[in-house]
Amino acid sequence: MASGVKPRVKAPKKASAGEVVTIKTLISHKMESGQRKDSSGNVIPRSIINRFTCDFNGENVIDVVLAPAISTNPYFEFDATIPEAGDLKFTWYDDDGDVYEETKSVAVG
Amino acid sequence: MDFTRRDTLALGAGATAMALLPLSAFAQADPNAELVGAPDDFLAGADAAAGDLTLTAPEIAENGNTVPISVDAPGAVEVRVYALGNPTPGVATFRFGPLAGSQAASTRIRLAGTQDVQAIAKMADGSYQTAMKTVKVTIGGCGG
Repeated sequence: MASGVKPRVKAPKKASAGEVVTIKTLISHKMESGQRKDSSGNVIPRSIINRFTCDFNGENVIDVVLAPAISTNPYFEFDATIPEAGDLKFTWYDDDGDVYEETKSVAVG
Repeated sequence: MDFTRRDTLALGAGATAMALLPLSAFAQADPNAELVGAPDDFLAGADAAAGDLTLTAPEIAENGNTVPISVDAPGAVEVRVYALGNPTPGVATFRFGPLAGSQAASTRIRLAGTQDVQAIAKMADGSYQTAMKTVKVTIGGCGG
């Protein structure tokens, strides 16, 4: 599923050095579990996002492995420490090999 | 695109049939089961005691397709979440990096029916903590 995947991230634009900020992410994805069958009884193949990572200036914040039991449009909320100004980089890995990326800059001041 | 009355009825019938498929029909091996695995794989014989790990989940979830859960495990390096009554119990693995502001995360999960949700945290010193919560589900979230 490469169509209609849209990552959305809510992160503060400004923080003070060393501050812990809350980040919310959502990506539109149907997360087909591979458990369902269509009306003629064929299994609908699994198609999910299997990994999500968040890094700040190349240092890892959180790394999540997703199983099919994660809901449609995977949502994550977590905390990150912002030691200096820089970029938050979010990456989602799809089963079909696609990688979706989003970057948010955070200023310190 | 125009839907005739007949098309609409057929679509509705198809959707209903899919929704009514029983869970037991889905005993398929999950190709990526090892990514999260089962609780015993993660523990590998170690004991998990109750500790600072908290698992927050609703007591009653009306819709098993999106059940909000959150874990908070001060001092953990890794937290795994399992839905023990799902076709594959693994739900998610959270690994916290050096810049994690706290060892806590929230997400939304699918639950096939009323069951126990378990979280197991691996602490920085290699010990394990666990927390369990029973969630009542009115409508299952596995297409069942």
